Amino acid sequence: MSGAQAVVECLEREGVEVVFGYPGGGNLPIYDVLYDRQNLGHTPRDCRVIRHVLVRHEQSAAHMADGYARASGRVGVCMATSGPGATNLMTGLATAYMDSSPVVAITGQVPSFVVGSDGFQEADVVGMAASVTKYTFQPLHVRDIPYTMKAAFYLAATRRPQPVLVDIPKDVQQAEDEVEFPTNVDFPSYRPLPDPDPTIVKTIARTILTAERPIILAGGGVKIANAYRELQAFAELLVAPVVTSFMGKGVFPENHPLSLGCMGMHGSERTNKLLPDCDVLLVIGSRFSDRTTGKIEKFCPNTKVIHIDADKAEIGKNYKMPIISLVADAKKALGLLIREVEAGMMGRFRALWVKRVQEMMVVAKTELDGDGSHLSGVETVKMLRRFIPTKAIVTTEVGQHQMWCEQHFPVIEPRTFISSGGLGTMGFGFPAALGAKIARPDVPVFDIAGDGSFQMTENSLATSIEEQIPVTVVILNNRMLGMVAQWQRFFYKRRYSAVHLGRSPDFVKLAEAYGAVGVRVNTVLELESAITRASRSPVTTVIDVPISPEENVVPMLPPGAGIKEMIIG
Amino acid sequence: MNHDAQLRIISALVEHKPGVLFRITNLIRRKSFNIESIAVGPAEIPGLARMTFTMFSDYGQFDQVIKNIDNLVDVRAVEPLEGRRATVRELALVKLSPGAPATRPEIINYIETFRGNIVDVSPDTLTVEVSGDPDKINAFINLAKNYGLKEVARTGAVALSRVMAYEEATARW
Repeated sequence: MSGAQAVVECLEREGVEVVFGYPGGGNLPIYDVLYDRQNLGHTPRDCRVIRHVLVRHEQSAAHMADGYARASGRVGVCMATSGPGATNLMTGLATAYMDSSPVVAITGQVPSFVVGSDGFQEADVVGMAASVTKYTFQPLHVRDIPYTMKAAFYLAATRRPQPVLVDIPKDVQQAEDEVEFPTNVDFPSYRPLPDPDPTIVKTIARTILTAERPIILAGGGVKIANAYRELQAFAELLVAPVVTSFMGKGVFPENHPLSLGCMGMHGSERTNKLLPDCDVLLVIGSRFSDRTTGKIEKFCPNTKVIHIDADKAEIGKNYKMPIISLVADAKKALGLLIREVEAGMMGRFRALWVKRVQEMMVVAKTELDGDGSHLSGVETVKMLRRFIPTKAIVTTEVGQHQMWCEQHFPVIEPRTFISSGGLGTMGFGFPAALGAKIARPDVPVFDIAGDGSFQMTENSLATSIEEQIPVTVVILNNRMLGMVAQWQRFFYKRRYSAVHLGRSPDFVKLAEAYGAVGVRVNTVLELESAITRASRSPVTTVIDVPISPEENVVPMLPPGAGIKEMIIG
Repeated sequence: MNHDAQLRIISALVEHKPGVLFRITNLIRRKSFNIESIAVGPAEIPGLARMTFTMFSDYGQFDQVIKNIDNLVDVRAVEPLEGRRATVRELALVKLSPGAPATRPEIINYIETFRGNIVDVSPDTLTVEVSGDPDKINAFINLAKNYGLKEVARTGAVALSRVMAYEEATARW
């Protein structure tokens, strides 16, 4: 078979249901095979027909694959042609890389005999992607393709999930050869994570059981390991409160009596202040991002920190001196910890601490400050939580609206909150919502957006209409780059530089131009009915909510400040 | 860079294939370390290569780079090597243009002291091969500056950890 046929058959054998992509000169042979499969019924028996979603910009293809992966836990696949197609993928790959999301990117490349000669639409994609992928492949023979593809999926999904890129020269796609499809791959230098060391687990259990004021900090790693149940069981056994990083939002139900919500730059003020008072902090699957901890030197100076992470390079990277560290899968580690506790290890009685924590509890308010005739950004987010069912998936863009969601949008069910935390990629939320909707067609999907971010990938409206992927976009429209303006307000003496976006475009007309539903809402009642209608709509709805450009995200931890030093308002 | 910055050695056993060196040096570059020397060659196991890097860095950053290198898919093993617990060797070719013939016996005397070999001679130049630990080579090059040093080519350090010292071995058991 041809290299291109081998590529497609590998995707089918991996059980891939959808590929987000864009064709071009460099990957024409692969698209020709997709034509066979989709139009002539050439998909092998026992394999489902792969759906191809045509994007309008390759960056969105990567975000869609990423959103699909985060909503489902399965590998997301995106595809682009050589040169500009592949370079456009890079932002999306970097986004997935920073948030540990399994994405496989397949790029066409100029023919192997042209590589290195600055051929038309040639870019050194393998070199370029090295810093934003776990691994890159460039198979040079048809017979190498099945192994390469198998390896790409294996590497992307195992240990710490991250994107993998497969760059295939066009002549390799076209060449014919005999191929064999391996059932597994072996990397002697890359093995699955070993089971947690039982001695260390015992020490951790003893330390946290004998703590007077323990807190559990859960990060995105708990989500990746699908360890929500274990986390909740462990926290309840210990009666230990749970705080999450932004990436961990949703791994512990934020309406649980032991939930302290999110900590960090825009975390809860009370949680941030309480944190340094704990004597033992058990950190699971978090990398101590500067956005989570504030200035790391001032982070919980008198606390014993225990760090569990699947990536050994995270131990000691940002937080230098954990008293105990364990490199392990969060699910396995928590499972063993639960067993230790249940085996009768005696814990302390911590009534005072629990009482104090519960006084600190962040009760998410869904009351309005005013009469609901004008909506602020915060009120819109609070009302959205009231109107959007907890099982629905919510994505965000990047900026003020995202941080209002962190503060005022409690997430109850795992994998229902998807946001670009590490890279902070504006334009992520909308394509990620489309990817998530394909992964979970059974639930409504919302993108809570800002007017700046949405304009970065708004052309995905065409994809959502043409491919019939209905989602709802709620734009908190302050006609500003609100977060940048906020920093200029706080730290640059209100010298607003290049943050005014103005009144263009009219998002209602823009939505309509694409064939979507556009609606502008000003009051709570209008918002509620718009959300209800949008949830039932067979096409994508864009809800434009005008808000004040002066509103801030508070409290806020100024950059370089310690976790206790928040700006309140 | 902190006060404990010093020349540090990384030894890595890696898959011997394209892109591996790039991935490793790319990580080192990201931390803005200048690679002082680099030496690569096939290892004792077919299909694997051993790479030796030296660079100035403090301990914390160095430790992080090692962990990141260890995470790379194609890296079988990586270890930091300390001079005390490793054998470190380098080879240099040093071209001299000594000038007056009267100085030649003096130079040859020094070359013998350093256990170097003269590997090429022309009417105007001498090329000397000298090997040993990098400090010895530095010393020879410094000395050679007095005798018309023209060019230096160094292989970069190669290093292997020593067999466990007797005391350590017994302490373990």
